[in-house]
Amino acid sequence: MRDWLILGVGTLLFGLLALSGDTYLLRLGTMLAMYAVLAMSWNFIGGMTGYPSFATAAFFGLGAYTSAILQAAQMPMAVGWAAAGLVAGGFALLIGLPILRLKGHYFAIASLSIGEILREVVNTSEEITGGGMGMNLPLLRLPPEVQAQAFYLCMLGLAVLTTAVAILVHHGRLGFAFRCIEQNEDAATVLGVDTRTFKTAAFGLSAVFSGVAGAIYGNWVHYIEPLDVFDIMHSVKPLVMVLLGGLGTLFGPIFGAIVFLALEEAVWRNFLGVHAAVLGVLIVAMVLFLPRGLATSFEQIARRFRGKAA
Amino acid sequence: MSGVALTVAAVEAGYGDVQVLWGVDLDVGPGEIVCVIGSNGAGKTTLLRTISGVVRARAGRIAFGETDLTAATPADVLGAGIAHVPEGRRLFAAMSVEDNLKMGAFLRRDQAGIREDLERVYQYFPKLHERRRQDAGTLSGGEQQMCAVGRGIMSAPRLLMIDELSLGLAPQIVEQLSEILLRIRGDGLSILVVEQDVNAALELADRGFVVDRGRITLHGDTETLQTDPQVREAYLGMA
Repeated sequence: MRDWLILGVGTLLFGLLALSGDTYLLRLGTMLAMYAVLAMSWNFIGGMTGYPSFATAAFFGLGAYTSAILQAAQMPMAVGWAAAGLVAGGFALLIGLPILRLKGHYFAIASLSIGEILREVVNTSEEITGGGMGMNLPLLRLPPEVQAQAFYLCMLGLAVLTTAVAILVHHGRLGFAFRCIEQNEDAATVLGVDTRTFKTAAFGLSAVFSGVAGAIYGNWVHYIEPLDVFDIMHSVKPLVMVLLGGLGTLFGPIFGAIVFLALEEAVWRNFLGVHAAVLGVLIVAMVLFLPRGLATSFEQIARRFRGKAA
Repeated sequence: MSGVALTVAAVEAGYGDVQVLWGVDLDVGPGEIVCVIGSNGAGKTTLLRTISGVVRARAGRIAFGETDLTAATPADVLGAGIAHVPEGRRLFAAMSVEDNLKMGAFLRRDQAGIREDLERVYQYFPKLHERRRQDAGTLSGGEQQMCAVGRGIMSAPRLLMIDELSLGLAPQIVEQLSEILLRIRGDGLSILVVEQDVNAALELADRGFVVDRGRITLHGDTETLQTDPQVREAYLGMA
């Protein structure tokens, strides 16, 4: 109940931001919503279930291209977005069955290769995808401020939907099973948890919303190319956000996305040449000082204070 | 409780190219406590994993009463009434004791029955009730084994299979656990326990099977086994 309240208030507050006509602010808001979606998506498989996936970029890119190809064939934008989620989710279920047999580093590498393979496929299927030239998406005949508002609201809507699903999963049977697999897959198996099905479900969940995010992103920036939408950074960033916010927690990923975006805007724009190094230092620092993420650490600090007061 | 027997006939199983079990025959009657003893790597754990469907049998037949379980999944086996307490406890360390126990009832839908069984587990193991909100990882070895056995009971089984009951536990604790297992059996469950600690196993069980390199080499009443020269020499360290 408390979680739904937080979601409601958060939606309202972030929704109000749409009234602002400031395109820079709206651009930041759209990025934030997109980051939150990707981080929460990754959290299903990487955080709750404990399978370190690097496939987020694959789903993001697959979604972006699915939607772009359909729109190039004169399909409406909404159909493209919905199809992006379905295709990315379906693809994850198919590819998940074999690669979720792997664990730890092996799974990480296998999942990493999916994006690379898809990028090559897109690169070489020039008749459909335009190859390395990329694809243009239809321009909307709307003033720039209105477009900025519209895309912000769309991405925010997706973030709200993702959060709602995360809340349901978190408190439901699915989340219980995910956490059991994360902690001890063998034990989960002998307790009758069909681990293969649940792992695949977690992977599918992580793909659906990433795919839609990719599709919205494509329309937002009007142009996609393989190097951009299959960028490995789309896999790494969500992971860092979740580590920042708190692995396997409900609102941690959103929290992590906010902190990450703030860092990105404040630091990296000014140190463009070394931003990859900053990211590396950040990951090391987190593992050393905040192994359980900000959300969990705050909770612990709060508990300590409450303990003293009592 | 209804009397259902577990029958394992000529079962062969293994991992990849390595065959571990070579034609194993074993049975557990209703209300019986049966132990499987043998040295490290004899195939005891593989036998339990094969019965519970984690490892697929390559040949032979496994049945529980009328239900054929030869090609069953772990969920099927659990549904048929066989619970597996895996080696090394395998608790969900970062979950509370109570959540661990409830996890044992993952496949059940009868909320009232689950609550009843939870009470029953707390009656067997009052320590678990005391510590029900604690993370399972903070329990002592003996308490962890209690939690693992309790989790097994939460699936409302008719047969409880325990892999290495005594592993890493003080003899006193093993004795306490054995007493509770006798009570559990008294309430109508059969128990199949796998042990390296042959003394403890023979004390607890009615019948025993000796496994050596994937084959059953000997079986019989525990009194008979205790006096068997082969067992005394190989496993009890007596001539």
